[in-house]
Amino acid sequence: MKKKVLATLLSVTMIASVLAGCGGGSDAPAADGDAAATTDDGAAAPADDGAADDGAADAGEEAPADDAAAEEEIPTSTFGDPNGTHMEMWTFVELHGQHYGNMVEKWNEQNPDRTIEITCTTYPYADMHTKLLTSLTAGTGAPDICDVEIGQFPNVIEGLDTWLVPQDDMAAPYLDTMVQARMDVYSGSDGHYYGIPYHVGATVMYYNMAVLEEAGITQEEVDAVVTWDDYQALGEKYLAAIGNPEGKYWTSVDTAGCDWLWISMAEHGEDWTGGFGGTANVQLDSVKKMLTMQQNWVNSGLAQVSPDGHVDLEAGFQNILDHNIVSFPKAMWYMSRFTNYMPEEKGNWYIAKCPVFEAGQKCSVGIGGTGTVVTQQAVDKDLASEFLCWAKMSEEGEQLIWDNLGFDVCNTVLWNDDAFAHDDNNQYNQFFRNYPYDVLYSIKDDIGTIYTVRISPTINEQMCNVTLNDVLENGVSVDEALQAAQDVVDLEQ
Amino acid sequence: MSKFKKFFYSQKAAPYVFVLPFILSFALFWIYPLCSTITMSFQDIKPAGTEWVGFANFVKLTKDTVFHTAILNSFEYMILTLVLLIPFPMLFAVLMDSRLVKAKGFWKACLYVPALTSVVISGTLFRLMFSEYQTGQMNVITAALGLGTFKWLKMKATGLAALLIVACWRWTGVNMLYFISGLKAIDTALYESADIDGATAWQKFRYVTIPLLKPTTIYVLTISVYAGLAMFMEAYMLWAGPDSPNNIGLTIVGYLYKRGITKNQLGYGSAVGIVLLVIALAINIVQLVLNGTFKKEED
Repeated sequence: MKKKVLATLLSVTMIASVLAGCGGGSDAPAADGDAAATTDDGAAAPADDGAADDGAADAGEEAPADDAAAEEEIPTSTFGDPNGTHMEMWTFVELHGQHYGNMVEKWNEQNPDRTIEITCTTYPYADMHTKLLTSLTAGTGAPDICDVEIGQFPNVIEGLDTWLVPQDDMAAPYLDTMVQARMDVYSGSDGHYYGIPYHVGATVMYYNMAVLEEAGITQEEVDAVVTWDDYQALGEKYLAAIGNPEGKYWTSVDTAGCDWLWISMAEHGEDWTGGFGGTANVQLDSVKKMLTMQQNWVNSGLAQVSPDGHVDLEAGFQNILDHNIVSFPKAMWYMSRFTNYMPEEKGNWYIAKCPVFEAGQKCSVGIGGTGTVVTQQAVDKDLASEFLCWAKMSEEGEQLIWDNLGFDVCNTVLWNDDAFAHDDNNQYNQFFRNYPYDVLYSIKDDIGTIYTVRISPTINEQMCNVTLNDVLENGVSVDEALQAAQDVVDLEQ
Repeated sequence: MSKFKKFFYSQKAAPYVFVLPFILSFALFWIYPLCSTITMSFQDIKPAGTEWVGFANFVKLTKDTVFHTAILNSFEYMILTLVLLIPFPMLFAVLMDSRLVKAKGFWKACLYVPALTSVVISGTLFRLMFSEYQTGQMNVITAALGLGTFKWLKMKATGLAALLIVACWRWTGVNMLYFISGLKAIDTALYESADIDGATAWQKFRYVTIPLLKPTTIYVLTISVYAGLAMFMEAYMLWAGPDSPNNIGLTIVGYLYKRGITKNQLGYGSAVGIVLLVIALAINIVQLVLNGTFKKEED
């Protein structure tokens, strides 16, 4: 009898552990693959007892451990009225979720008859987009509202209105003050708007004025930089002034980001994607000019290659903190990286326009961004859309976006609104030597657009993985590298 | 009740009942996905609907240079892991089995513990260690040795070295345990008679240990070929995603993930998976035939 009980117990434990192993991987596709591979090892050799045991122990130990770790990392917060319409919201930046939390409280005050409760879940970047695509494909499990990063947007927009809810009607009241180009980048091939933007992402030049002043370079000299030639000359002057020490550079060029190339394309009025329905061509004059210039800078010691590929990473922050580089172009949203990761740099940095190749060209481009979408699986599509548009495009929403997230908002009317742009309580206004919105307003008509279309992820991937490394690290000629890139791009179109 | 009991106690039915859980899970989680992968590899799966495209996905694979890079990377990795992860664990196993080593349990545990840690965590730590910034651990070590600093994860050779270091750190202990269990099965009488014949330690290893370890070696070889070709997590964690400079960290499964999951091209991703399956099967069948596994046992 005892034996029977023992046997039953053992069997139950065995089945439970098998099921636990299965459940462990479901949340994380990466962990799933690993667990599956391990199980396979075990299953391949049922004859070898020791081996099978090892395999099983491995799968059992590992999968739940991964899962537990993943669960701890995912912050979920619920805001608003528990009796209101419940919405799920996914994002990959926790601060974005908090923005909706703040906005939902305000919404409930203003609309007591249509209150909302929103649960915001923050997933890691890749996981969130993977989960979203999978749930949209499956037709179930998607959230009501979701942030989608611009680089991933083409994948999500493939589904058009079978996946997403067009925002045209709900966005209409705000459109006259919005930067049109930012609405366009989140529109589908059917011409409807599907994503609502946070910011313009206008690219500007960041200068470490404190270090430059020590080297005898004044703010007037920085302001006088118009072309890339001027910029290069000022850089040479700076390096000469500090005696060309090893490890110090004027700027760093990126091998894992296309920002510099986007600036150049916007300045020349070109776009390698060819826009919606166009043919992609990476062998553009603007791209060649920028790459050639950067290659020369790296060779002459004016620029280094950004550690780990671009400045928006830990190594990049450290590089800036160590004053190894003193200027770089980046979108305005990079301001929040200063306040979050480099607070000791307060009061040192100055924001200016980007240089151009020839005077009179546009000098900026909208880079990066997150379009927020409402999915067709939303409980109340109209309410979700109305709330979303209000939360991101109304003046109240834009005010919070600037104060908390530090973005250059898309509502152009606010750009020279004194109370908005020159608010000395704003942490970003305090951090930098000049008012960021003054720079933004001065380049209002000079912000170009590069579209993010179906081919964009392919171009971006090829550039960041291969082309930029070849040109800037491996000394491959620009023409050769771009030809190779074009071949890869052509395979996809 | 008695009918029920009879059924369970029947010699014919019982074996099937016992293997049923395995058969069910095997069918549900292996056979079904395998079949649907084969069908999907001939399709273009779009949000609006699915379209049959014949061999288009496979034709595209033949022209896809990035895929060729991935195959090459996986092959290099697989071969180098075979070179490192079979002889060394075998050597360690023999050492563990000999009287030369004290505190065997401790050393075994030390070598096995890495296999129990999550690749997600260890991969992240290795990524930080291999940082190209001068404060990365590996660069601190190489700088202290006077070798200067390296951009570890940017260059082909150092990137591959990093992957192999992770692989050895993780799998040496597991393979060693396989070999230890193989060694335990060898009859000690054989060593005694070899001693009587005056065999040296090397001769005993060469003419007794290696031939009798062959079944274990073949097993380890077979799973290592598959594990090498299917490696994904290590590269994914080292480069924080499926993208790496000049695609030095791109493996076949990494490419499958990139196409199928990140870009949502499930049809094309399935084709990549089928190619991987065919390659791994082909290599292993050739290897098993050459090793005589399929031959009938001769007395």
